[in-house]
Amino acid sequence: MSVRFGIAIFPGTWSDRDCAHAVGLAGGEAVALWHADRDLKGADVVILPGGFAYGDYLRCGAIARFAPLMEAVGEHARAGGPVLGICNGFQILCEAGMLPGALLRNSSLQFRCQPIWLRVETNATPFLGECRPGQRLRVPVSHGEGRFYADPETLAKLNSEDRIALRYCEANGQLSSDANPNGSLENIAGILNQERNVLGMMPHPERACEELLGSADGLPLFTSALHQLALLTA
Amino acid sequence: MLVSLKPVVNDPQGLVVTDALHSLGYPEVGATRVGKFISLEVTAEDAKVARKRVDEMCRRLLCNGVIEEYRFELREASAP
Repeated sequence: MSVRFGIAIFPGTWSDRDCAHAVGLAGGEAVALWHADRDLKGADVVILPGGFAYGDYLRCGAIARFAPLMEAVGEHARAGGPVLGICNGFQILCEAGMLPGALLRNSSLQFRCQPIWLRVETNATPFLGECRPGQRLRVPVSHGEGRFYADPETLAKLNSEDRIALRYCEANGQLSSDANPNGSLENIAGILNQERNVLGMMPHPERACEELLGSADGLPLFTSALHQLALLTA
Repeated sequence: MLVSLKPVVNDPQGLVVTDALHSLGYPEVGATRVGKFISLEVTAEDAKVARKRVDEMCRRLLCNGVIEEYRFELREASAP
């Protein structure tokens, strides 16, 4: 049985086809989910792709979180279904309260579009099961508002509960401010919810899924989820 | 209505504006914070109701309580 990945499309989403392509490379089936529908079309995994949903007006993700589709995505997540928010999708998950914290204007005030290194901090989530902690991934970022912020209590909780999934690092895995493209607290690039089935990350794994594009390091995020669900439904 | 980043949240835009004003010859400028101004036309039976409703709008949509704070004032508009 093939694993179905629902890919949300809001007005202004731009990375949905890249995500569908990555899902195909991983061996899954991609199905488009329209923001105005409440129907997840039988999706096993939901991906909220990058872009500028509703023009990013007011704040990134502030309007998108009220889209009818997000009600269904919330239900799916509460039932334990995996949800991956990439870039704008991460911002939407934070605005929706499905992940803690917020994403602010990059400290450089510049839109950053460049390859970066990520360090996998935990693999206890459906999306990183085939990675090992400490592993480095070469994946691009492409955002103007990716500076992760959370109050000190929330940050301490994320650390103590091992919910920081990915950090920006140097090529050798060391954390530094130079390796941090946006000024995120503690070099945070991706976090998990308490139940670990919702992952939000600013970098774009779907744009690094084949060597032709310079890196296939993003592919394990899709294959990990796929293989875990294939096992569950086998 | 004014929406601004909480004082504990770094505002790089404000820092750049401070630097720009300093280089234009205004060394007296200290911290600068850049926020948003939102104007709403609201119909309500009285000011108390309007205040309650607008406050709710701020909390639900207009302001993100994780990073922002807001304040607003009501002004009575003349009937059309």
